[in-house]
Parts: sequence; C-alpha cells; structure tokens
Amino acid sequence: MGSAIAQDVLIEIGAMPVLVRTSSPEFLHILRERYGGFVNSSAQPVFEFEVEIVQPGTIPTAIGDDEVLSVRFDAGRWVLERGDFRAELDPALRHGRIWQSANPYAIDAAFRIVHSLLLARQGGLLVHAASVVRNDRAFLFAGVSGAGKTTISRLAPPDATLLTDEISYLRREADGYAAYGTPFAGELAQPGENVRAPLAALYLLSQGPENRIDPVADADALRDVLRCVLFFAHDSELVGHVFDSACNLVQRVPVRRLTFVPDFRVWELIV
Amino acid sequence: MSPVYIARVKEVAARSIGGEMMIMSARDSTLFSLNETATAIWQAADGVTPLAEIVQRSLCAQFEVDPATALRDAEELVEGLAKHGILKLSDQPIVEAK
Repeated sequence: MGSAIAQDVLIEIGAMPVLVRTSSPEFLHILRERYGGFVNSSAQPVFEFEVEIVQPGTIPTAIGDDEVLSVRFDAGRWVLERGDFRAELDPALRHGRIWQSANPYAIDAAFRIVHSLLLARQGGLLVHAASVVRNDRAFLFAGVSGAGKTTISRLAPPDATLLTDEISYLRREADGYAAYGTPFAGELAQPGENVRAPLAALYLLSQGPENRIDPVADADALRDVLRCVLFFAHDSELVGHVFDSACNLVQRVPVRRLTFVPDFRVWELIV
Repeated sequence: MSPVYIARVKEVAARSIGGEMMIMSARDSTLFSLNETATAIWQAADGVTPLAEIVQRSLCAQFEVDPATALRDAEELVEGLAKHGILKLSDQPIVEAK
C-alpha cells in the first residue's frame, strides 16, 4: 500500500538540479535506482516537479500513442503530452506537474524536454550524441540512430569515462563548451558518469571501410549538428536560441567527420 | 508594373557561417542556406527599398550582371523565399510595427 506523504528527490543533470516530489514510494524507489549517480540532496533546485502517479489508461492526455509527443506553449505554460504522460510546466514559477504511471520512461522523456527548454535560454544544447572524457577532455560522437553512438562507446578504452551513449549535454562556458554526463542511456543501457569536462572536439559519425578523420566546412557542420539537436518546441524565441547555440558551437569547437570500422583501433585517433 | 518591396520575416534566425547565409525558420525549424546573390538580396530586404533598386545597387554593381536578367532572377528568387515563409513581399513599402 502506498504512502500519502510526499517525498522528494533532487536530481542534478548538467549542473541543473531538478526536484521531483511524489507521494508514491514505488516511484521514488524507481527514481533513486535510475538516477542514483545524479542525486544531489544539497543542491538548490532550479525547477520542481510534482509527479502524480495514476493508473495506465487514466492519464489526462489527448494523445493515444506512446511514440507521439506534443509540446505546446499555452497560456504561459508548456504542455507536454504523450500517450504515457502529461506534464504542465510553468517556466515563470519554475514548477511543473506530471501525471504518469509508475515507470521510468515518462519521467525520463519529461526530463529531456525540460532540460532542453531550460538549456535553450542558457546557450546550451542536448545533442543526439555519445560523449566520452579522455585525458580530461570531452569528445562528442554525434549521429542519428544507427550511426554508431553505442558502438563507439562500447569500443572506448579503459582510460575513457563514458558520459552517455545517447544524449549529450552541452553547456556554454567562458572559453567554449563543456560536456556533462547524463543518465540518458541508449542501447548500452548504462547511465553516464556524473562528471564534466571541456569539449575538445565534436565528431560526426559514419561507419566505413577505414578509420579516418576528415575536416567539415562550418556550414555543413551546422547542418549536421542541427539534425542531431534535441528540440521539441516550435517557439520563435527558443528556436532562435537553439540556432544561435548551434552556430556558436560549430564556430568554437572543432567539428570533424569520423569514419570508422567498428573495432577498438578507432580510439587511436581520439586523443 | 508596380514596384516590389521585400522584408525579412521576424520568425527566423539567420547567421553567416563559413561564408554561407544560414536561415532557420522558427515556424517549422527548416534550415535554408542562401548563395551569394540570394544573401545580398536577403541582407538588403529592409521593406522600404524596391527590389529593382536592390538589384541595381547590390547585384548589378557587385556581380556585373545584366539588370533586366538580374531583376527577373531576383523576382523568382524572392517569390521562392516568400513561399518558404522567410521573406515578405508587397507592392507597398513594408513598415513593421515596433
């Protein structure tokens, strides 16, 4: 039987602490299990969520499909709807409510969206990319599904620290960009380490007959990077922020095309 | 024939990257890139300068092209950009409310 007393957990991803409050002990346990390395009870939250756990089938959403996501800005609130959850976020109050069943997938999707919205105003980006720290420098490996993000993560040498094999978290810093670890895992099904490092290079992944690195013109880099940026809202101001961030990224960080055969020798090029 | 006035729409983000003008529509996040002549027209699209004058001043002088041909090409180009929702066309000067 569940407790009616609300408890909370503070989950800090990308130096952005988000407090999640719920009266479901089962859901709280799911959160602590899934985001364990990212729980930071001493941080000051920048956003708070109340999560109401409801039975599947009783979620107040107009979307019937778990694969279809609707994000709209309505009367000062972001409304996120998918078949398995509904969320309403008030950016001014930095507060949101989520209705979902007790599973980690809905909150994971909500986190990705909230972080993308919050980051957009701060010059940061969420990118479909694996990222790894090696010799205190971060390297991003961007590509759409099937490009090899998980493969290159799996091949990483023992001295490399995995930040994520799926969704990379980039923040603008004084001298460039920093990559942060995220719990957003892909096929590797393993959360990243909760560490950060300055971003040294971004590689656009493609698999081929040999390992090689080729230069990429800035305009082509921008096109490819924008294809990999996670962004959900068709809002003029935020789209402008995301576009500016992607432009800044390709102008400040070396972007190269990495063609690789799927074996460990590709890492001889990444130093 | 009445003059054509052109203005950049506000709901786009634009930046010159590596010598290419890249434009993103906020409406549907479509990304456009403009060549050199299209960029010259885009940059001069202030809503109050007739297209013919833009062509004369920005294209004919810079690219040494025949004015009639250049104007015809420019009209086609701006119609295309307008269809994509990144430029506004009018037969009157376009003055945006602040």
